[in-house]
Amino acid sequence: MTSATHRSAERIGRTEQGPRPLPGLAEPRQGWQPETVDTVLDNGLRVIAARHGSVPMVELRLRIPFAGDDPKHPARAEVLAETLLTGTDRRDRIRMDTDLAAVGGTLQATVDPERLSITGDALASGTDTLLDVLNDALTGASYPEHEVSGERDRLVERIAVARSQPRVIAREELQSHRYGDHPFAREVPQSADVAQVTAADVRELHRSAVLPRGSTLVLVGDIDPQRTVETVSRVLSGWNSENSAREVPALPPVEGGNVRLVHREGAVQSQLRFSAQAVPRTDERYPALQIANLIFGGYFSSRLVENIREDKGYTYGAHSAFEFTPGNGTILVDADTASEVTAAALMEIRYEFGRLALNPPKEPEVESARQYAIGGLLTSTSSQSGLASMLIGLAAVGLGQEWLAGHPERLRSVTVDQIAEAARWYMPTAFTGVIVGDANQLSDQLRGLGGVTLP
Amino acid sequence: MVEPQPHRVTLPNGLRVVLAPNAEPGSTEPGGPPVVGISVHYDVGFRSEPQGRTGFAHLFEHLMFQGSESLEKLAHFRHVQGSGGIFNGSTHQDYTDYFQVLPSNALERGLFLEADRMRAPRLTEENLRNQVDVVKEEIRLNVLNRPYGGFPWILLPPVLYSSFANAHNGYGDFTDLERATVDDCAAFFDTFYAPGNAVLTITGDIDVEHATELVDKHFGDVPARSVPERPSFTEPLLESEQRDKQQDPHAPLPAVALGYRLPDPVAELDSYLANVVLGEVLSDGDASRLQQRLVYRDSLVVDVQAGAGLMGAPLDARDPDTFTVTAVHSPEVSTDRVVEAIDSELDRLATEGPTSEELSRVTARWSAGLYRDHDRLISRTLDLGSTELLHGRAELVGELPGRVGAITTEDVASAAKALRPETRAVLEIEPTGDSDGGAA
Repeated sequence: MTSATHRSAERIGRTEQGPRPLPGLAEPRQGWQPETVDTVLDNGLRVIAARHGSVPMVELRLRIPFAGDDPKHPARAEVLAETLLTGTDRRDRIRMDTDLAAVGGTLQATVDPERLSITGDALASGTDTLLDVLNDALTGASYPEHEVSGERDRLVERIAVARSQPRVIAREELQSHRYGDHPFAREVPQSADVAQVTAADVRELHRSAVLPRGSTLVLVGDIDPQRTVETVSRVLSGWNSENSAREVPALPPVEGGNVRLVHREGAVQSQLRFSAQAVPRTDERYPALQIANLIFGGYFSSRLVENIREDKGYTYGAHSAFEFTPGNGTILVDADTASEVTAAALMEIRYEFGRLALNPPKEPEVESARQYAIGGLLTSTSSQSGLASMLIGLAAVGLGQEWLAGHPERLRSVTVDQIAEAARWYMPTAFTGVIVGDANQLSDQLRGLGGVTLP
Repeated sequence: MVEPQPHRVTLPNGLRVVLAPNAEPGSTEPGGPPVVGISVHYDVGFRSEPQGRTGFAHLFEHLMFQGSESLEKLAHFRHVQGSGGIFNGSTHQDYTDYFQVLPSNALERGLFLEADRMRAPRLTEENLRNQVDVVKEEIRLNVLNRPYGGFPWILLPPVLYSSFANAHNGYGDFTDLERATVDDCAAFFDTFYAPGNAVLTITGDIDVEHATELVDKHFGDVPARSVPERPSFTEPLLESEQRDKQQDPHAPLPAVALGYRLPDPVAELDSYLANVVLGEVLSDGDASRLQQRLVYRDSLVVDVQAGAGLMGAPLDARDPDTFTVTAVHSPEVSTDRVVEAIDSELDRLATEGPTSEELSRVTARWSAGLYRDHDRLISRTLDLGSTELLHGRAELVGELPGRVGAITTEDVASAAKALRPETRAVLEIEPTGDSDGGAA
């Protein structure tokens, strides 16, 4: 097509010397542990500070448990997150952004049924400014009327954009399918509820729910951990309450059952989403389950990806991952496939559930997944942002740096038998789920396959 | 902070090698986390695809993972991941990259994997048909089944550009993808995947001397092949504003994209960087011009973004490159009102330039963003590799904060002045589906 005299594909794939042996691995260099301080301040805020990374930056993560049972809570929480950084007595929205920018900084707030998250970064030399702006918002957010009304109107439109995304539709349907009307299922607020939120509602929610006790602040970067904790303690000393931030109520166990088909008009591809009950990260069976999950669909070299992507070409990506909440863990499996092959993909996914549970992995599969799990900890925490995100995720379930440091050893000591046992969590009947797609194209194939509730 | 100078070696077969260790030579400090980054950038992207083969460069990228003389299909994934590493590849306008991040004890294995497929990839009918299906699923996922799919990177170029190279869809039409043959793959490989047409980058926990020995050992006997002369893709500027409208059955709100031509990123780098700064002044953060005017003051749009680079990042292509402004807006607001408001903010900047506070805000945040990016080994590796390939100087990565810091108010004013309506493209997205996005 481009070169006039090119070699044939067959000729390209051969050299005189022939195939060469794969080089072995060198001795691993031991990972060093970042110097870390993990402490609880007088106001109940847990602070984790770690010295890490090769650039003069600091990463900030704040997790405030932020559950609420009121059906209007998600709308109020969403407006609060959108307007938390839009004004205080000391700074208007522009001043806030300008002060942060002067130290190369950013801050943003997002909310979900479990937590209010504030994420930020800045030049390490600007840590004090970053914390000062954060404190200003936590203790002095004023929620100006015009900002609340402006964000409220934009939110209604942003929610429409969000709900047009197939992955958002699929997540929302899966949540209500497995958890009914439990508050954890209310991820995207209703537009009608958002339209009614007032500045007074948001101020009241801030007073009652933006609390240090039970919350965690993580700072990772080119910083002195001890001095950083002292700075946090000083800067955030005005953030106080006797009450504790509110954790999401315990989730009911996920029960296996039919997959529910959800119609999306004109879809050319279907979202397949499955879930089953698993164990919390703190459970002693977790390391074995982690390796079993990698083998199932948790990385590219997994049975599921090799089957439905690399063998059959049904999907661009298939994944299996855990979702952890305090005291709980579930398995989430996803793949998106063309309408024509949706039922065939469903059949293969069910087949792989059964195969893992009944035909458990042998040594080579286990070793590959084990090395990936150990190496993955190293690569994902080798950056400041990666380590910060890891630490805040662990903090949510009560863990810290010492768990992280000890996890490679836990993974190394898992036996093939323990993994075979963990694989039983993948029994096909343990799973339920949803398929979002064009029912006009899917109903017949899925009816034939069974185990699917049609619209 | 000044980034350490990267080391550079060129092998007799033409392969250029960039090495950027964590630790300075002679340093007694530990080299940070025991992790290495490896990338190979080939000097071919979707602009080099021939007519009738749209999407071929990206399809070929998929095939480079499907086995080589020494490795069966699937072995590449298994060996990288089974060593504790991650991998991927991506196709851009002017280059295609392949990368791995691995625990540093797997450095030699990672180099072997890249060398083996540079020397002798296994291009088969079965793998080609399989990956055509996978790529079609990728396009359904990212374009056909998604609201605003391909906006603006696929939809804007045909309005702004007239040559096939610049205007066509880099993801490809299904009919073109299905027509691709194994012999097309062989021709593409022989033409563009010569060692002299590639840059190998190695970063992180490495010793330069040892890494260089390993490079020689594994890449040294990849035979040299001729390297194609790179054509210029430049074309004349538009002489009048061009407009087009696309219907989107999944989008709930209308959207608009403006496309302008940028100064040559290589030959006129400082003028190009003035546009990078302009993009930040326009839309980075709550205090930026377009956020303030279009989002907060006039409530015209839900979201607005402006900046250099068609694919969402600056310095990612050679000439011609695109400055884009995109906005999603309410149905009650006309496209013209959005465009007029953007024009009036550009006019103000062209006349007065940004304030010195705006300039320092932007440059501080931009430099910090670069540091932050480069703390991720994968970003650092890819940036050094693409900069070496496109500019011939990986060192430029370390010089950028200084050069961006030297951009003046007048430079930004000139950049704003050059974004004239008569040379731009305007693409509108018109929602045609249910207002709830179609979910019943």
